Amino acid sequence: MKSRAVLTGEHFMHGDHACTEGAIAAGCRFFAGYPITPSTEIAERMAQRLPEVDGVFIQMEDEIASILAIVGASAAGVRSMSATSGPGFSLMMENIGLAVMMEIPIVIVDVQRGSPSTGLPTLPGQADVMQARWGSHGDYGIAAYAPWSPQEMFDLTVLAFNVADRFRIPVMVMSDEVVGHMVERVVIPPEEQIPRWERKRPTVPPENGFRPFLAEDNDLVPPLAHAGEGYRVHFTGLTHDERGYPDMSAETHHRLVTRLVEKVRRNADTMIRYEGYSLEDARIVVISYGCTARSARRAVAQARAAGIPAGLLRLISLWPFPEKPLRELAPQTEAFIVAEMNLGQMICEVERYVAQPVIGVNHAGGAMIPPAPILDAIEEVATRGAYIGRRKASAG
Amino acid sequence: MAHTLVAEKHPLDELIRTDRMPHIWCPGCGIGIVMRCYAQAILESGIPVERHIIVSGIGCAARTPGYMNLDSYHTTHGRPIPFATGLKLVKPELTVTVFSGDGDLAAIGGNHLIHAARRNVDIKVICINNFNYGMTGGQVGPTTPVGARTTTTPYGNPEQPFNLPYLLAAAGANFVSRWTAIHARQVKEDILYAFRKPGFAFIEVLAPCPVGFGRSNNIDEGVEEMWLYRRRCVLAGRIPEETPWEALQVDLREERPIVVGRFVDGEHPVFRPVRLEDKLS
Repeated sequence: MKSRAVLTGEHFMHGDHACTEGAIAAGCRFFAGYPITPSTEIAERMAQRLPEVDGVFIQMEDEIASILAIVGASAAGVRSMSATSGPGFSLMMENIGLAVMMEIPIVIVDVQRGSPSTGLPTLPGQADVMQARWGSHGDYGIAAYAPWSPQEMFDLTVLAFNVADRFRIPVMVMSDEVVGHMVERVVIPPEEQIPRWERKRPTVPPENGFRPFLAEDNDLVPPLAHAGEGYRVHFTGLTHDERGYPDMSAETHHRLVTRLVEKVRRNADTMIRYEGYSLEDARIVVISYGCTARSARRAVAQARAAGIPAGLLRLISLWPFPEKPLRELAPQTEAFIVAEMNLGQMICEVERYVAQPVIGVNHAGGAMIPPAPILDAIEEVATRGAYIGRRKASAG
Repeated sequence: MAHTLVAEKHPLDELIRTDRMPHIWCPGCGIGIVMRCYAQAILESGIPVERHIIVSGIGCAARTPGYMNLDSYHTTHGRPIPFATGLKLVKPELTVTVFSGDGDLAAIGGNHLIHAARRNVDIKVICINNFNYGMTGGQVGPTTPVGARTTTTPYGNPEQPFNLPYLLAAAGANFVSRWTAIHARQVKEDILYAFRKPGFAFIEVLAPCPVGFGRSNNIDEGVEEMWLYRRRCVLAGRIPEETPWEALQVDLREERPIVVGRFVDGEHPVFRPVRLEDKLS
């Protein structure tokens, strides 16, 4: 019988559905969620699909319960996911910290909408990107990916599971309403071509004094023992030593939190993804991500047609932030333009790495930024050549 | 002939993380007694120790997993039930017990508590009820009686408390019982019974907190509260036929009966995730 886990072939597919298929192809077998627009189609398709592959779907009483349920299921050894939108993402924040501290891998999809608060439930936003990075309390590291197409809803969800398992961290897929509800061509590869990075597992038998939070390898990732395997390990959100025992000393806390942060920094190259368009000789570099990058690509193509040496750096991983391409592009670039559907979040991150003028093309959300204001910004830099004001409000 | 009076090995040694002793509980606290009942029930359950999982939230009672030599998960405040739910649903062969306090389970975690009871998820919940937030120093909680003094109700508690067995019975729990810290045998027996009974089980154990609750309410010795239990506890039957809800209210400061017993022992269908072969057959 043909596998129902990987729907190999070419499809004309909804973004949220492509995300679901990516998760199931990646081996996700547990989904807990709470309905919220515009992510609901992920839960609905999971409810349909998981029983077909012997997985478990449960609709919990709220987003807090949802994220705890996926942390619990993952602790038992099963790839687990939840999907939500801004307000639900906020509710999950405390326990994203729990997953960080316990080093239990999970995947959370945030299909962003206009915000803050209830905002615009049915319309897009990109204003949760800093929440993804810093929303939980304390110092920590995570990874986050921003798909710009249904195809990437599939591909990046697979990658999210792999990165989560490989490094024992929460990984977010930071989609938006436009990409979530977009229907496009999606190619699902054969099952054997779906990449799979496994969790590191204990190599000693349970009796041999296994220390569950001892990271002996260079990647700073300790092996993960699952519930019921006999290792009798203690997991706690409290500061703990290598045995997992609570230890309230400043020394242990510093050692643990430094490793959690350094674990992501040290392995950033494995997690980081980006794409360049017409960057070879670009003098004006547009930086964008998610649905806004589609407009940015159009604007760059139009600028090129008009003879302006513009290029696009599309961020695929938002976190860890792809700083290397920025540093490499800086010497040849007159100005950077950051187009994003918020009033200036990732622009701050860009400004940290370059000395050139950085111009924002922003809209608070609710509608895509069209190519025109991005093209306007490119033309202004090209004609005036000089610093033209740090932020530019979009009419879009 | 000389007899040794000190055993080299305690029968429960295997289940205790002795390297974590001494524990943090105050003299006169009742949590340790319940932990011992749980450990004894594990040994008697016949279920391999490796298959017992303990999950807690935050608080004094929630420190228990750290002292138990099991796979143990000390999660965030109020959240052990959804964590346990996810774990149990993907590994049904494990026996999953939530061991936490009334503040954790019934206040911040109250919504999870009633929904897990409604679903009848196959997890066991042991709730230590000491009528206050002990760990943070004796503040008012969802079970603090009206008029009781705590550090955040210095003029007396103006709120009605939860009547936990009645709440759980109403929410649809399959098994509900209440005992106190002097009912060591009954607590152990009910935990053991709950291990073997499919579905959501809720076992409330009233336990002294002489430092947090007792000191402010003239019961400032743990043993005094134990005497009080012994004097006042009466055994009752099913809710609501044999035990009306008013009878289940507890106020240690008043000379009135403390009603204990097995209040619900139902046969509701256990929550099972949808399986396609069931639908097709």
